[in-house]
Amino acid sequence: MAEAEKKKKKIPKKTHEMPEQNPLERIKNFGEVALGYDFETAKAEAERCLQCERKEGKELCIDGCPVEIDIPKFIKCISEERLDDAVEILKDKNDLPAICGRVCPQEQQCQKYCTLGKGKGRDPVAIGRLERFVADYDMEKGYSAPEYITSLSKKVAIVGSGPAGLTAAGDLAKLGYDVTIYEALHGSGGVLRYGIPEFRLPKAILDKEVGYIKKLGVKLETDVVIGKTILVDELLEEFDAVFIGTGAGAPMFMRIPGENLNGIYSANEFLTRINLMKAYKFPEYDTPIKVGEKVAIIGGGNVTMDSARCALRLGAKESTVVYRRSEEEMPARREEVEHAKEEGVVFKLLTNPVRYLGEDGNVKQMECIEMKLGEPDASGRRRPIPIEGSEFLMDVDTVVVAIGNTPNPLVPSTTEGLETTKRGTIVVNEDGKASIDGVYAGGDITTGAATVISAMGAGKRAARAIDEYLKAK
Amino acid sequence: MYEIVEKENLADNVKLFGIDAPLVAKKAKPGNFIVLRVDEHGERIPVTITDFDVKKGTVTIVVQEVGKTTKKLGLLTEGDALLNFAGPLGHPSEIKNYGHVVCIGGGVGIALIYPEVRAFKEAGNTVTSIIGARTEDLLIFEEKISKYSDKFYITTDDGSKGRKGFVSDVLKELMDGEEKIDLVMVVGPVIMMKIIAELTKPYGIKTVASLNPIMVDGTGMCGGCRVIVGGEAKFACVDGPEFDAHLVDFDNLMARNRRFLDEERMALEG
Repeated sequence: MAEAEKKKKKIPKKTHEMPEQNPLERIKNFGEVALGYDFETAKAEAERCLQCERKEGKELCIDGCPVEIDIPKFIKCISEERLDDAVEILKDKNDLPAICGRVCPQEQQCQKYCTLGKGKGRDPVAIGRLERFVADYDMEKGYSAPEYITSLSKKVAIVGSGPAGLTAAGDLAKLGYDVTIYEALHGSGGVLRYGIPEFRLPKAILDKEVGYIKKLGVKLETDVVIGKTILVDELLEEFDAVFIGTGAGAPMFMRIPGENLNGIYSANEFLTRINLMKAYKFPEYDTPIKVGEKVAIIGGGNVTMDSARCALRLGAKESTVVYRRSEEEMPARREEVEHAKEEGVVFKLLTNPVRYLGEDGNVKQMECIEMKLGEPDASGRRRPIPIEGSEFLMDVDTVVVAIGNTPNPLVPSTTEGLETTKRGTIVVNEDGKASIDGVYAGGDITTGAATVISAMGAGKRAARAIDEYLKAK
Repeated sequence: MYEIVEKENLADNVKLFGIDAPLVAKKAKPGNFIVLRVDEHGERIPVTITDFDVKKGTVTIVVQEVGKTTKKLGLLTEGDALLNFAGPLGHPSEIKNYGHVVCIGGGVGIALIYPEVRAFKEAGNTVTSIIGARTEDLLIFEEKISKYSDKFYITTDDGSKGRKGFVSDVLKELMDGEEKIDLVMVVGPVIMMKIIAELTKPYGIKTVASLNPIMVDGTGMCGGCRVIVGGEAKFACVDGPEFDAHLVDFDNLMARNRRFLDEERMALEG
């Protein structure tokens, strides 16, 4: 494009919308909600990019990306119709772009730093949607995965096949290491498999991304519970280094009266039955799920939204999110909250359950108390305070407790000398090195529950550190 | 895939499987369980380990056909394979020399009490075993258990073999007898474990029950198996599966085990 022409061309203020399944239709199925850009739309969106140059002291999109993708460069390739080059740039840093393009909170990362988005009334470039477009293009073509042959004799074991483990494994395989992932469940992907529902991340996409990691030469052993089937100490006898990415998989409960009544699930159980075990296809699949007419989901995060939206798809007449603070403090992504609202999820804010009442062992009612917001607490969010005397009853027949997860204790509790914090997270330095020589960790097991992409970033840093460690060894 | 290397019909609807799972066999201890999945559409179900052979690399389980998964499993035979088999899970039993241990197994629980009987005996205990079933045809593992027991009792509800009545009848007599009992270990239907716990409590005899709640992952992730122990919710998969029976809320466990009854029926009718 000639310089003059470029100046003339006006950049649209608004981002190109991505087509979505109609809310009334989609609550009847588990098909993907967001349908992706076509080539024309992707190209038009890519052309909105200002192609900023990196300068000292100026933060750009790249600075917001935990896995350091060269964002302007891959976007330029799209606008120049060089999609294979775009794939190469993405995959240079990110082995799971089809996943990231779907589940990353881009609005808090790359897109937050987008220069275009800082202009008044202007949307940032839809980097996530473009990432998804390129990744899906690559996938449809059947992948441009290079056939890696393990060239180094050194072996690395990865514990857990979630986002941290998959990323560390992919990066180490690309460096030539002999990598084996151990997964406790029968399916790979960790939270990507058991937690995130089909309508946000189709499992066929996950299968393909995991397939890519395997194509890089990584071996995957399922049904192996590290800490039970094999101990970390035993892994250290067979492998030169071990990476622990076992996540934050232990569900929290509120420990209030009646929480053990039938009909009350942890979000983990609710979602695992639906996603990993495919209970939404019961009885074609053997694992059942029971969803009543009035479902309450306790919490305000993405998992809360996922559970609320699953409940609707499984036939709930009312799916109500009960959250103790206000909408502003909700940790869920804006987009997820909007999707939930469009689908008819009701929000009961500044409300907290205090006990459950049952009949014949089944939950029938939930006693709640109204809350008000006080001074900010350690998280920076305003602290919820119960309003005395405001208790009221809510009819429910299903409750999903989605108030968060704590680190999985299986590995720390069976590995002597592995230092942990009071919260149960594994202590690591900034490279992910743990207190035992040759042991590294990253993702939710070191930070507590966070995002897919931050776990991937940790996997990436740890892979780099493991490489340096093994080269020096 | 995990090959079935041995299958035996122990009783009507009760089947024994030897599974080729060397990694599990190597680590297995009495009281541990495994989680298995028969096929791609299958559920994950927990099954307590009955026996293991480190040399052969096999793990033995005994399963009663009650639901869709166990019925599917029952149709499999030597040479077939299970899709998934993960373990050993849960804490093993606390095996040591207590003195006199009474081991009680009811129904398919008889097969699950067997490794405990053997381990308690090998740890130097005097072991009294009581096994019970509805009728003679459902009695299993008689020889195996009697081999490691100093005293051995059988009860059947209908009196077709051993003493007519329940395992609790025998236990009551033993407790009222001369011999001191240091530990009662019980595996069986929830109602039976509840009755045993209520029986031993006034005598102040330490009683341990192996619980069997519904599980999904078996690794502490889903919390579906939570049971109330001493007024607190515990996860049977990682905190148990064995607990102090005097602290367990068996009524809650019974209710929770019924939570998918309608769906289980529907699955069977398929």
